[in-house]
Amino acid sequence: MSKNNDLLRAEGINKSFGAVTAAKDINVGIKKGERVSLIGSNGAGKTTFMNMVTGYLKPDTGNIFFKNENITSLNPRVITQKGISRSFQIPQIFEPMSTWENLLVALGTSQKNHSYFKNARSKENSDYIDEMLSRFSLNEFAHRQVSELPGGVRKLLDIAMALVRKPDILLLDEPTSGVGAEEKYPLMDTIAKALSVEDLTVIFVEHDMDIVQNYSERVVAFYQGEIIADDNCDKVLKDKNVQEYVTGKTQVKAK
Amino acid sequence: MSPKLINNIFFQSIFLMSLLIVVGIFIPNWLVFVITKAIAYGLVGLGIITLMRGGLVSFGQGFVFGIGGYTAGLLGTQAGLTDAILLLFISFIFTGFVGLIIAPLLARYRDIFFAMLSLAFSMVLYGILIKIDAIGGSDGFVLPESTYFGIKPSPEYADYMLYVVSIIMTGIVSIIIKYYYDSTPGLIALAVRENELRVEYLGSSAFNVAVLNFTIAAGLGGMGGALNGIALGHIDPEFTYWTTSGEFVFISILAGYLSVPAVFLAALLLELVRSFSGRYFPDTWQLILGVFLILSIIFIPSGIGSFFKKFFDKFKNK
Repeated sequence: MSKNNDLLRAEGINKSFGAVTAAKDINVGIKKGERVSLIGSNGAGKTTFMNMVTGYLKPDTGNIFFKNENITSLNPRVITQKGISRSFQIPQIFEPMSTWENLLVALGTSQKNHSYFKNARSKENSDYIDEMLSRFSLNEFAHRQVSELPGGVRKLLDIAMALVRKPDILLLDEPTSGVGAEEKYPLMDTIAKALSVEDLTVIFVEHDMDIVQNYSERVVAFYQGEIIADDNCDKVLKDKNVQEYVTGKTQVKAK
Repeated sequence: MSPKLINNIFFQSIFLMSLLIVVGIFIPNWLVFVITKAIAYGLVGLGIITLMRGGLVSFGQGFVFGIGGYTAGLLGTQAGLTDAILLLFISFIFTGFVGLIIAPLLARYRDIFFAMLSLAFSMVLYGILIKIDAIGGSDGFVLPESTYFGIKPSPEYADYMLYVVSIIMTGIVSIIIKYYYDSTPGLIALAVRENELRVEYLGSSAFNVAVLNFTIAAGLGGMGGALNGIALGHIDPEFTYWTTSGEFVFISILAGYLSVPAVFLAALLLELVRSFSGRYFPDTWQLILGVFLILSIIFIPSGIGSFFKKFFDKFKNK
């Protein structure tokens, strides 16, 4: 078993879908409090990595450790309970409910020893949800049905729901995808501000390199299921392989 | 009347229960019987809407309806237990326990698979019951007359006594169910209905929600079956037949999953339509029922409960 000061560590992860290799000998460690972006073209293996960390997919070989505990075989629910939460590329929210009710569900799922006779809309719960609404600048949307909300607000709600549980690690799958160019920075500012309150490790998948540069300290670049670079932003974005296969023009790896 | 008082669940329930008990004195005996039957069916419907809130529909609630009915009947004939309150309570507990045993199997399935598996359980039970001559086979058997705290009411008050007991017990059960709906686990069940995967990613178990809701639905179905058996004074395998299960689904669709009282109103409407169409169109009452269901789905797709919700939301917002 891996024993070191990494909060999250993947060791020798391999994953294939038929002939397609989605993860090839992935070895990476994430420390507490780090802000890490995962970059790579479509199909590079970023979301597969995220899905394996959160238990949605199981690696063919290799192990994933969280706080030095092997979580490879655990299901998403148990992994979430242990302290790894995630948001989704397409926000997974409860459409017929209001923003407030979505957060109430998220809060409810994070509480132990539920009472079957205590109204979920208690003052204690209401106060906490109001605080979350403020942190994510969602107050004006509190009582609107989420199916009516604009894309950026839905993203914020999705992330806020993942954060309600106060996780140790938050994984964000393309937080700015589907959001207009002019909305991206305000959205990321709101997210960064909301997340700064917690002593949180954040791993996010992102395609926009300006966002990556501005909001992460460390970058892990994927290409065809492999990690081709892992360092601070400047170094990774100047890396020859990264420029060639991720941010540059060439799409076929040289042999 | 203050909106706060109107929104108080105890006030609503006690007011409604008192009103029905008083009204029962003045209405004809046949209507008392029809309302008692409607309450029995409504209890099963309440179980189905509890499942619906978690995204599941059972086509086989005749299974628990039959178990509840036979539990009450066999306790009456074999153990000499005739107290209606005890019979209803024991049937609720026993059928809930049976539900808890099979729930882990059912909860692994969703949508039509859950519905058909529940139907399969009811058909197996039907097949067994019609073959057991010791409990009357396809004819069933007669239940002894009910008592209440050791007192057997005179025949002219027997129906009314059962009516009062059923209203009080159903009122208590409805309050408990309403509390569950408004609690955190009740809210999580609604979330499971919308997005099971997200609920898992938030750290809750959709499987546990399905097990809990089926167990509750089983208990309610069993209590409904016992009440129906006691009201009819007779129990037979038809309790478990698929057409009986279909009537419960009908009630649930008509009621919708938004309101507890709506399910009893829907059950009463079904009983009234059945009584009147059975009397005036004896060979085509299913046709009347079918047309009634089509109109309900077209004009009130969210069920009668959506009217109730709008009404109470209006008071809440005042």
